[in-house]
Amino acid sequence: MKGQWEVVIGLEIHTQLATVSKIFSGAATAYGAAPNTQACLVDLGYPGTLPVLNREVVRMAAMFGLAVNATIAPRSVFARKNYFYPDLPKGYQISQYELPIVAGGELFIAGDDGAQKRIGITRAHLEEDAGKSIHEGFDRQSGIDLNRAGTPLLEIVSEPDLRSAREAVAYMRKIHSIVRYLGISDGNMQEGSFRCDANVSVRPRGQEKLGTRAELKNLNSFRFVERAINFEIERQIDVLEDGGEVVQETRLYDADRDETRSMRSKEEANDYRYFPDPDLLPVEIDAAWVEELRSALPELPDAKRERFVAQYELKPDDAEILTASRALADYYEAAVSAGSGAPQAVGNWVIGDLTGALNRDGLDIAESKVAAEQLAGLVDRIADNTISGKIAKEVFDAMWAGEGSADEIIAARGLKQITDTSAIEAIVDKVIAANPGQVAEYQAGKDKLIGFFVGQVMKETQGKANPGVVNQMLKAKLAG
Amino acid sequence: MTALHEMTLSGLKAGLDAGEFTSVEIVSALLGRIESLDPQLNAFITVLGEAALADAARADEARARGDAGPLCGLPIVHKDIFCMRDVRTTCGSRMLENFVSPYDATVVERLAGAGAVVLGKTNMDEFAMGSSNETSWFGPVKNPWDPACSPGGSSGGSAAAVAARLAPAATATDTGGSIRQPAALTGTVGIKPTYGRVSRYGMIAFASSLDQAGVITRTAEDSARLLGVMAGFDERDSTSIDHPVPDYVGELDVALDGLRIGIVRQHFDAGLDASCAQAVRDALAELEKRGAVLTEVDLPNLDYCVPTYYVVAPAECSSNLSRFDGVRFGYRAKDPEDLLDLYCRSRGEGFGAEVKRRIMTGTYVLSAGYYDAYYLQAQKVRQLISEDFRRAFADVDLIAGPTTPTPAFRLGDKTDDPITMYLNDIYTIGANLAGLPALSAPCGMVDGLPVGLHLVGPHWSEGRLLAATHQYQQDTAWHEAAPEAFR
Repeated sequence: MKGQWEVVIGLEIHTQLATVSKIFSGAATAYGAAPNTQACLVDLGYPGTLPVLNREVVRMAAMFGLAVNATIAPRSVFARKNYFYPDLPKGYQISQYELPIVAGGELFIAGDDGAQKRIGITRAHLEEDAGKSIHEGFDRQSGIDLNRAGTPLLEIVSEPDLRSAREAVAYMRKIHSIVRYLGISDGNMQEGSFRCDANVSVRPRGQEKLGTRAELKNLNSFRFVERAINFEIERQIDVLEDGGEVVQETRLYDADRDETRSMRSKEEANDYRYFPDPDLLPVEIDAAWVEELRSALPELPDAKRERFVAQYELKPDDAEILTASRALADYYEAAVSAGSGAPQAVGNWVIGDLTGALNRDGLDIAESKVAAEQLAGLVDRIADNTISGKIAKEVFDAMWAGEGSADEIIAARGLKQITDTSAIEAIVDKVIAANPGQVAEYQAGKDKLIGFFVGQVMKETQGKANPGVVNQMLKAKLAG
Repeated sequence: MTALHEMTLSGLKAGLDAGEFTSVEIVSALLGRIESLDPQLNAFITVLGEAALADAARADEARARGDAGPLCGLPIVHKDIFCMRDVRTTCGSRMLENFVSPYDATVVERLAGAGAVVLGKTNMDEFAMGSSNETSWFGPVKNPWDPACSPGGSSGGSAAAVAARLAPAATATDTGGSIRQPAALTGTVGIKPTYGRVSRYGMIAFASSLDQAGVITRTAEDSARLLGVMAGFDERDSTSIDHPVPDYVGELDVALDGLRIGIVRQHFDAGLDASCAQAVRDALAELEKRGAVLTEVDLPNLDYCVPTYYVVAPAECSSNLSRFDGVRFGYRAKDPEDLLDLYCRSRGEGFGAEVKRRIMTGTYVLSAGYYDAYYLQAQKVRQLISEDFRRAFADVDLIAGPTTPTPAFRLGDKTDDPITMYLNDIYTIGANLAGLPALSAPCGMVDGLPVGLHLVGPHWSEGRLLAATHQYQQDTAWHEAAPEAFR
């Protein structure tokens, strides 16, 4: 039954721009300050105060527009969105409505069918964030923290081109990656710097007309986006299959219960009475300046991934992972260029042990305890057979613990691989002599026992014998 | 010697410079007058007695040190719409009855920086919404020429204080005529500069795209003196414009020879009181004698000014006044049951009837389904009106006419009929819609009440308006007339 429904999703992503001060005032934007310590008179909406645009947000929005191949409006206009709420000091939010700064962009994701899929970006507009209402701990009253009021946001609105929760997440990840590549947002989802609302509807497959949508509010992790959308799809299909009708409404995702529930219906929706803000002039953008920005754009995730595949001959999936963030890609490239050239091996280490250690310790790549040069040194010692892959893990852990470079650790711990064949031969002979029973079985055709012999030899050498040499020698002698 | 209160700002400046008297003496004299005479007028909401005397003493010290700014020790009053640090700033509303501003408006800061001493904050229509000063929570202001009459509004307190010689100069604001109409009705000079000329920072907003700060004085020269200090770009107001500020005082002596003055035929239509019309015609004849050339100009969309204004201004005010919600500052209703009750009662009890009327009108014209028909349409008409002026100023240097259709009307006469009240601003609103500088100067008396001459110029022509008025004032004495009870 489910197969006859087509899912249609559009996302509105709110990304906080990484400016030092707020969009319309000089107050700081740093996260985590004591309540109401980062709100100046303008943020508090004091009588007589006026907004003054922070030009840096215009640059950031334009950079985003260029990165998604959109048009940067030569003239955009700030508008007031009017509604009452205690954490909205002026009784209106300054946003953009009819003339946003960015219009008509696109990006590409891997679609559900595996092929590249174009997702249209309707628009991206600048606006100020509201403050926060705190409902616990005030004895039936609510507290208001206005530190966040006036924080710059770029709201990025997609076309309804997404067809599953998976595609929605892939799109959101791509936007996340782009804004961080551009350095215009820290993308920190726990702190609310990157969050989204999802418009979800379903329609019978083949039907042109869109179904009635529900808007899911304030989804602040990739996992929640996926779960909330999937829940909502199921809910809407159930309603329709029971002969009901989906109601246009705003729904809130409850992560604890893993469900969405109605917040307000279309009838209860505010009439925001948008009109151009008379306190602010239209934002005029010069075409030459846009070209200057374009030439200063960093290499973006898609281009970098393709280059990694071409230049380092990486597997496409690995290239995708390594280019997910600019910092990770930079680390990878630094490690490759510091070593003597084993790009796939370096990639495996970055994706494997390094990422594992970072996740385990909750660290960001910038905080890695193993520098790119150190990792390069380790990969080089594997490549030149100084150590085995197994010993390398021990060396990596030691590097992570701050014991120095791979060479220093190998020397200090005496981990250098034994490549002297006569030394290995003596141990091989000893192992064969000590295990006549297994020798007989092996020679009777139980090939798998080769592993047992290799293990014995490695045990004797504390893992330092070159496993390739050991293997070859054992096979030759046992066949003898 | 002329009594201190009879002197203009320029006269006081000359006396201070010559050491004839001190700022403390001036301020003491005026505070004494305010104390004894203001009860008849209600022009002040707050009088700054001790603070003003302390400022005056500091100004005298600065002068003795040779450190006198251009307005050092000169007394002024501020319309209570300008935020003044540590001083109650009410905007004429119960909503802000106990609001003490934590900061200075740019206008306040610049005048203080030039050495001016502030005697007090003047009464005004609530949130500058009104043309008679009757919407003030603090009660109406009375016209010094006839206490049964209104001094006009919204800057009625500033105009009455200057006319009654309680202060030689006052700041004021003008959204649709709020400086010029009260100036006309009280026999004072009031100038509303080009939109963007004076910073709006710290001036409590009514309609942001129309509001502009200016001054009310007795002479054009005094207006020039104050405006020169107040004007200029302010980075805290995005709509203030970075345009050089000329030496307004230095340019007052420009002769009127060849000045082309446009007369708008429709200004003299049926709505205008016949005696007022005569006074204005006499003034125009005076200007002609001084060398001005009069020609007729057409403002075809003049009739649409008032309706356009009463869509645009309420729309902006409905949004500007949303911040008065009882949450962070201002009036808060007692014991609210919930959030909605807090909002409804704080605003319901904190705002007066005219403010509510305009908030409702503004909310309506911005609503879904009505926006295009009202707000958008009004913006288009506003463009047409600006275009009318632009065309007219291709042929003339100034446009002259009456400031108001009648002299001061009686308090209570128009309070039940908002439309008639609104029509009192019929000649002044166009300058706000087009962002043009405009001035009203006294040009006659009708039945013991002053009549105003209205001059409008192209953008940035404040200097021309002031010079023309100054020249006019050299040959006429209307600006020297003082109401009997306040000489």
